[in-house]
Amino acid sequence: MLGFSTVAFVLLIFLFLLREGTPFFFEVPLENFLGTGWYPTFDSFGVLPLLLGSILVTLTSIVIALPLGVATAVCVREVAPAWTREILKPMIEVLAGIPSVVLGFFGMTLLAPFIREALGVPTGLTAFTGALLLAYMALPTIISVAEDALDAVPKSYRDAALAMGATRWQTIWRVVVPGARSGILIAVMLGMGRAIGETMAVMMVTGNAARLPLSLDSIFRPVRTMTATIAAEMGEVADGSTHYHALFGLGLVLFILTFIINLAAAPAILQRRRGGGLR
Amino acid sequence: MDRFLVQRIGYAILGLCALVVIVPILLVIGAILVQGIGALDWEFITAMPREGMKAGGILPAIVGTLVLTLGTALVAIPVGVGGAVYLSEYARDTWFTRAIRLAIINLAGIPSVVYGLFGLGMFVLFLHFGTSILAGSLTLAIMTLPVITSAAEEALRSVPVEFRTVNASLGGTRWQGIRQIVLPQALPGIITGVILGLLRAAGETAPILFTVAAFYLPRLPQSPFDQTMALPYHLYVISTQVPGMPLQIQSGTALVLLVLVLSMNLAATLIRSYFRRRRQW
Repeated sequence: MLGFSTVAFVLLIFLFLLREGTPFFFEVPLENFLGTGWYPTFDSFGVLPLLLGSILVTLTSIVIALPLGVATAVCVREVAPAWTREILKPMIEVLAGIPSVVLGFFGMTLLAPFIREALGVPTGLTAFTGALLLAYMALPTIISVAEDALDAVPKSYRDAALAMGATRWQTIWRVVVPGARSGILIAVMLGMGRAIGETMAVMMVTGNAARLPLSLDSIFRPVRTMTATIAAEMGEVADGSTHYHALFGLGLVLFILTFIINLAAAPAILQRRRGGGLR
Repeated sequence: MDRFLVQRIGYAILGLCALVVIVPILLVIGAILVQGIGALDWEFITAMPREGMKAGGILPAIVGTLVLTLGTALVAIPVGVGGAVYLSEYARDTWFTRAIRLAIINLAGIPSVVYGLFGLGMFVLFLHFGTSILAGSLTLAIMTLPVITSAAEEALRSVPVEFRTVNASLGGTRWQGIRQIVLPQALPGIITGVILGLLRAAGETAPILFTVAAFYLPRLPQSPFDQTMALPYHLYVISTQVPGMPLQIQSGTALVLLVLVLSMNLAATLIRSYFRRRRQW
């Protein structure tokens, strides 16, 4: 029955978010909820800036992390000699182990001033800074899932391509990577799930201005994400107030988003683990 | 263009990408080491904070993090390893076990701040534990559960089937086989998974924000119902909430946290490679 506890916890978490979060959707009229301003002290609960903030930061981070991650996976699996793997692997585990608050601290004290100087923007605490940190936090996930995807491409594909006179690069570029497409898609999804839920690092470096990120340069302006809003405001609200329910409502939105992402990726993850064991 | 030239350019780009991944990791660790090493002395890790945290040490935060990690371990290890034994040794492939596996995957993907919300709603308010070590440990334990369960299950599954059939052929019950053969053989893998899970718990801030963390509490925790300071939260507080905080103390705190987490990481790696070399199957 211990195994069942995980199911119970997922249900419990969902139930508690529903219990504390749904009142928000009844207490606040729809046009307020879908409004463009998040000013809880004035009873204005427009979630759009926060939702778009989260999406902007997440997508940017994936745009950075995906090519880097896949290239690193290809490098480790297909090209580089074995000793580089012995260095890369532990480094990536170290990266996965660095607490997000430490990365956030690094981002605040060193990365943000650097970005302000380099780009000539008024503050270094921007969506881009957050996306950069998030990209590195998503990299371990993306790299390891992409590696598995490359591993799953049958050796006969490679042999066939090489036998036809293709160079190893042509084999990688035209045969192996396209063959691993579906696995790489899973890597992207899991990376996104990781990035959209990240809290501390994002809160510390994105500047937390709740404004609609609609103009082209908003990537280089401060934004505020859903996770940062919950973390920053939950400490100050009265239990049971509309603001309290609103933050649980945001949590519910996050839960559902990550739930969908993980549910969609689940069959592939389970497939990977098959084999071995008693049955 | 010559296709071998293309191959060279391609390889060069791949290598460059790998460097772009690696170098910033070294940069982060190096920067925190250089900035923070000056703050580290005996007083810093054994004294209470003074003068609004601007002087003195960070002992209560260190102890708080250790206590929280221990509390997490006490809950998450039995439940996680028990669940893994069930999944790997007893469960058949039914809708029920498939639901458990789906739940593990989803639990692993839930954002840490949502765990914080859940901990607040369930343990702090609903069960009236208050903002306490108990509530924080339970929240962290649930977050750690999927990591420990899936690592332990993988370790159990990697023990060859023959070990179990031999046990059965010698008249051992299934439970005897698990206790005396399968679990000991899988132990290194399980320990590695447990350390990796606890390391995540030790470094997390968002789940403890509203369930246990104290802004400034210069004494050691006395009971499970106490609040406590914790390293990650302390670092967050002194780098964003306290104006005029000396950079050296911030970096020193970051360094202590980093050393704690990375040494756990190193321990896990060493245990894994040591037993992998000694393993005879």
